[in-house]
Amino acid sequence: MEAKVRKKRLDRGIKARTDTIFLVASWRDMLYVLLPRALPVMILFLMPFFLGHYGKKVLFHACVYGLLGLSFDFLANCGLFSLGQSLFFGIGCYFVGLSDKVIHLPIYLSIPFSALSTGIVCAGLLSPVVRLRGVYFAMITLILPMLLMKLVEATGIMGGSHGMPGIKGFPHEEVGLYLGIFTFLFLVFFLRRLMGSDYGLVLKAIKEDDRSVMSSAINIYWYKSQAIFVAASIGGFAGAITTHHFQFLGMSSFALDYSILPLAATALGGQGTFAGAALGSMILVPLSELLRELGGLRMALYCGILVMCILLLPEGLFHFLSRRYHQFQVEARVE
Amino acid sequence: MSLLIYGLIQSVTLALYAVGFSLVYGVSGIANFSHGAIYILSGYLIWAGLNLFNLPYALSFVIAIFLTSLLGFSLYWLLLYRVRGIPLAELVVTFASGVAILELMTWAGFSGIRYSLPPVVFGSLEFLGISLDYQRLMVLGTGIFLVVGLYLFVHHTKIGLAFRAMAQSERTALSIGIESDWVGSLSMALGSAVSAVSAVAILPLGIMEPTIGYEVLIYALAVAIVGGLESTPGMVAGGFVTGYGQLVTAKLFGPKWMIIVPLLIIILVLAIRPSGIFGKMKELEERV
Repeated sequence: MEAKVRKKRLDRGIKARTDTIFLVASWRDMLYVLLPRALPVMILFLMPFFLGHYGKKVLFHACVYGLLGLSFDFLANCGLFSLGQSLFFGIGCYFVGLSDKVIHLPIYLSIPFSALSTGIVCAGLLSPVVRLRGVYFAMITLILPMLLMKLVEATGIMGGSHGMPGIKGFPHEEVGLYLGIFTFLFLVFFLRRLMGSDYGLVLKAIKEDDRSVMSSAINIYWYKSQAIFVAASIGGFAGAITTHHFQFLGMSSFALDYSILPLAATALGGQGTFAGAALGSMILVPLSELLRELGGLRMALYCGILVMCILLLPEGLFHFLSRRYHQFQVEARVE
Repeated sequence: MSLLIYGLIQSVTLALYAVGFSLVYGVSGIANFSHGAIYILSGYLIWAGLNLFNLPYALSFVIAIFLTSLLGFSLYWLLLYRVRGIPLAELVVTFASGVAILELMTWAGFSGIRYSLPPVVFGSLEFLGISLDYQRLMVLGTGIFLVVGLYLFVHHTKIGLAFRAMAQSERTALSIGIESDWVGSLSMALGSAVSAVSAVAILPLGIMEPTIGYEVLIYALAVAIVGGLESTPGMVAGGFVTGYGQLVTAKLFGPKWMIIVPLLIIILVLAIRPSGIFGKMKELEERV
């Protein structure tokens, strides 16, 4: 008599009650829970060993855009839809210019200085408009980087439209790369944890229904300002390491690319999970490098991807993959 | 005196940028961020009609208007129809398609002195010691024509009535048999046609470049936000505030500061008085 085979879900024995409480009994079970978390970390940390100079540059860009995507996703999680990640990125770049050329801070102080100052400045700059919702906040954040770009051009501050070369670089190229990778991974897990905490609950509630949060005697504008501080610091950090890594500061840091690509990455990966934004940027940035010959057409391509994702894949890649993973089946013998 | 006259023309130009945008927003609530792209695309369509197919001006103009309104119409049914009612998705979809159009045009190399439209009317006249060419007067005429024409259209035709019903309350309009998707797509088509009409008046004054699309979007936003995004008198007033503000800035600080005026106006108005000069309190609740 031949052995009969049935399909068995892998997660049945592991998920004790819910999707988030696990009951691990063996190494295999542990692997099921840990693998999707540990594998990307290991891949990202080991990747620089196998990549050449060019590949490392692409990886660095992917991390920077990933950071911007995280910053976008964090703001979107508390109901602030920002079309201007390049605002945070650009201000971060120019703070590096200030700390490096004017104050002459060493590099390991200049990066945290720039990131925190970006957070403070942006939270202050946007504090009059945190009252605005939806489309109107998006308009403001779209316009502000353009305004700052024009201001830099008109005043000629920090080299004006020519930019400013000769920013101090990292002692070794790998230092900047690993700093980017480490912060990126740390923030993915940290922000996911943060959104699960009570603090994150308030932020999520502001997105869902801000009136009811107000009626619970919570000052939503203060919370929104805090969220802008966090997101702007992340964006400023991305700008700071980019400026130090390429040792150049220019007006292009306010360019539309830095707003559109994180948006497209988040739309591709799936909104609200942070892992989605990370996954999206890891796919989109190498893809756009492959298409480098297309030149200006790349921007049009991002926009095409963005529209297609919103129309055809509204939940995003990450939600899809994680559902598939949890429904994974193996064949088990019927005894 | 010349400041007054040229300020008037600049203001009408800005108001013309905003007419199409504010029409679409007022009727269907769609913030059409592809407005700038559609505007400059219509200019290139006229250019193609004139230079590639050797058509007369009037014919290529009519064809361009037809094609741009078709584009607006199909943008609605292909993209916006699927995300209708989610304002942020609407915004991202229109913005992304606008950027895609502009970047495609940049990629195709549509810039330079070759791409300029000849003036529709030649010659100039002396008025109080200032020489004005007819093309600038035509901008003025088109502005008056569009504002008056739209007012008459919206108040005295059946479709116009449906537009107003949609603007006031979409659900009530649905309940009396006005199909909101149909009216929404018509408003997109009309808004695109209006921006094509303003393109033919304004574009012969300078050369065409895809980057103008972004500028037009900023100006349209500034003017429409100052005026309260949907009211026609507000839009005209917004045009005057922005236009004279720009000229005064250019006189005082130099022309390179001009672009900063609309950006600053958008931010100040949204921060201080989000409903604009002529906006109603109803909108204030939606925004804050």
